[in-house]
Amino acid sequence: MKILVPIKRVVDYNVKVRPLSDNSNVDLNNVKMAVNPFCEIALEEAVRLKEAGKVSEVIAVSIGKSESQEQLRTALALGADRATLVETDTLLEPLSIAKVLKAIVEDEKPDLIILGKQAIDGDNNQTGQMLGSLLDYPQATNASELNLESSTVQVTREIDGGLQTLELSIPAIVTTDLRLNEPRYASLPNIMKAKKKELNIIPVSDLGVDTNPRTELLSVELPPSREAGILVETVDELVDKLKNEAKVIQ
Amino acid sequence: MSILVIAEHDNKILKGTTLNTVAAATKISDEISLLIAGSDMDSVIDEAQKIDSVNSILKCDNDIYKNALAEDLAALVLSNAGSFTHILAPASTFGKNLMPRISAKLDTQQISDIISVESDNTFKRPIYAGSCIATVKSNDSTKVITVRSTAFDPVECNNSGIEISEIDALETSGISKFISEEIAQSDRPELTAADIVISGGRGMQSGDNFHLLDSIADKLGAAVGASRAAVDAGFVPNDYQVGQTGKIVAPDLYIAVGISGAIQHLAGMKDSKVIVAINKDEDAPIFQVADYGLVADLFTALPELDSSL
Repeated sequence: MKILVPIKRVVDYNVKVRPLSDNSNVDLNNVKMAVNPFCEIALEEAVRLKEAGKVSEVIAVSIGKSESQEQLRTALALGADRATLVETDTLLEPLSIAKVLKAIVEDEKPDLIILGKQAIDGDNNQTGQMLGSLLDYPQATNASELNLESSTVQVTREIDGGLQTLELSIPAIVTTDLRLNEPRYASLPNIMKAKKKELNIIPVSDLGVDTNPRTELLSVELPPSREAGILVETVDELVDKLKNEAKVIQ
Repeated sequence: MSILVIAEHDNKILKGTTLNTVAAATKISDEISLLIAGSDMDSVIDEAQKIDSVNSILKCDNDIYKNALAEDLAALVLSNAGSFTHILAPASTFGKNLMPRISAKLDTQQISDIISVESDNTFKRPIYAGSCIATVKSNDSTKVITVRSTAFDPVECNNSGIEISEIDALETSGISKFISEEIAQSDRPELTAADIVISGGRGMQSGDNFHLLDSIADKLGAAVGASRAAVDAGFVPNDYQVGQTGKIVAPDLYIAVGISGAIQHLAGMKDSKVIVAINKDEDAPIFQVADYGLVADLFTALPELDSSL
C-alpha cells in the first residue's frame, strides 16, 4: 500500500503574526517558517504504518514556492520515501490545492491520503474534505485513531461532545487531529540521508488545473483588543467583583 | 437572493448552533430555508418550526442520514442546492466536516468560520489563530459558508407553521460506514453553549486535580474546559479543548485557571464577556486579556473559591 501526505509550509506556530502597515495582507517578512503541525502528525502516522509493515511507500507532496523544498526535506528526514513539490509563486486557495492534489492522486494512485485537519495560517479546514469530494473518496476528518486493514480503514474521529468511529473503503481520505500521535524529531543521520532522497519539482502549469482565485482579500486588520483589567488581592475580593461589579454570578 | 441553512441536530434536539447560523443568514437575505436531514427526528422538526426568520423547511427523514455521514449528506444538499445563492452551516465539527464536500462539487471556494457579514459577498473571518481578521470577498456565484456561532446572537423561536416540504433521500454512497459513537454524558451544559466556563491548564498538574474545577463548575452551572497543554499532557479528553484547534467559546464568564494564555488558547475564548485569570505567574500573558486577575497558587485559591460560592 501507498500513502500520500500533503505538507504545507506555514509560519511557525510561535510567531505572532501582524497585518502589514497598509493592511493589504499579513506581514510575513523575515518570519520563521515550518511544517504545519497537523501535517507533521499526518506524516508521523504514515511513517508508523510503514514501520508496522502495513504500507510500502510514503510520498510527501507540497504545493507552493520553491522554498517549500525545505519542508519537504524535513518530511524526508522524518521518514517519507520521496517527495514532490508542485511549484507555484502564488498562494493557492484550498479549492485549487484540492484540484492539484487530485491530479497528483490520479497519477500516484495512493491507497490512503492523510492530511492535517487544518493549516494554522488560513485556519480553513477544507482541503481534505474537498479532495475527498472531487475524487468521490470517503473521508474521516479529525482522526484520533486509525486502523488500516487490507480493504478498509477504521478511524475514530474527534467530534463535538465525544468520539465517532467510521469504517471507510479504500482508497480514502483521513485528516488528523492532535491526539492521533506525537510526531518524532528528525535525527541527524536521517537529516543527512534525506538529502539524497528523491525530490521532484513540477511547475503547477504542467498539471493543467484551474487555479484561478475565487476570492479577494480586501484587508487584514488586528482584532479589537481587550482593555487590560485589574488585579485582585484575594479570592473574596474576586467573588465580590464578580457578584457586584460584573454581575456574572449570583 | 435565497439562503439554505443546514440544520445541526442529533435526531432528538436541534443544536443551538443552528439558531446562530440562521442569525448570520438574516444579515444576507430574508429568504431563508432550513434543510433538516436525519432519522426519526420529529422532536427536531417541532423545534425547527418555531425558528424566527425561517420561511420553509426541507425535510428528509431517512436512516441514511441518521449519523450525518458527510458523503451522503453532501449529496443530498447538492441535489437540493438548486437556486440558492448561499449555503450556510455552523462552523462546528458537523459543518466543518460537511461543507467543503459541497463547496468542491459546486466548484466554489468556501468561506470558513465567518464572524461578520459585510455584504452578500463580503465577510470577515479570523486567520492565524485570530491574530488577524481578514475581510474576504467571494466572486463565486454560490457562496458556501460556515458560521462561527459565538459571533452571532441566536434568533428567537416564536414562529409557527413554517411550511415543510419533504425531499427524497438518495442512495447511500456505501463507501463510508458508521460503526459507533461515544458521546460524553454530563449534567453540565455543553462548552459552546454554557454561560460560564471554567478551564484548567498545565498548571493543574494532573487530571485528578480537575475535580477542583468540577466542584466549582457544579455550583456555578458552568462547563469545564481546558487548554491544549492540559489535553496534550493527557489530563482531560480533547473535547475539553478551548482554542484555535479546539472549541470556540464566548460565555458571560470565563475563568482560566493555571493557563498561561498562549495565542492559540486566547483564539478560543477572548470574546468572552468577562475573563478571570488565576495563575501564580504574574507575567503570564493571560493577565493581559483578563478583566480580573488573581496572582495565586491555584491549589489554595480553588478551595477558597469553592467554599465562598
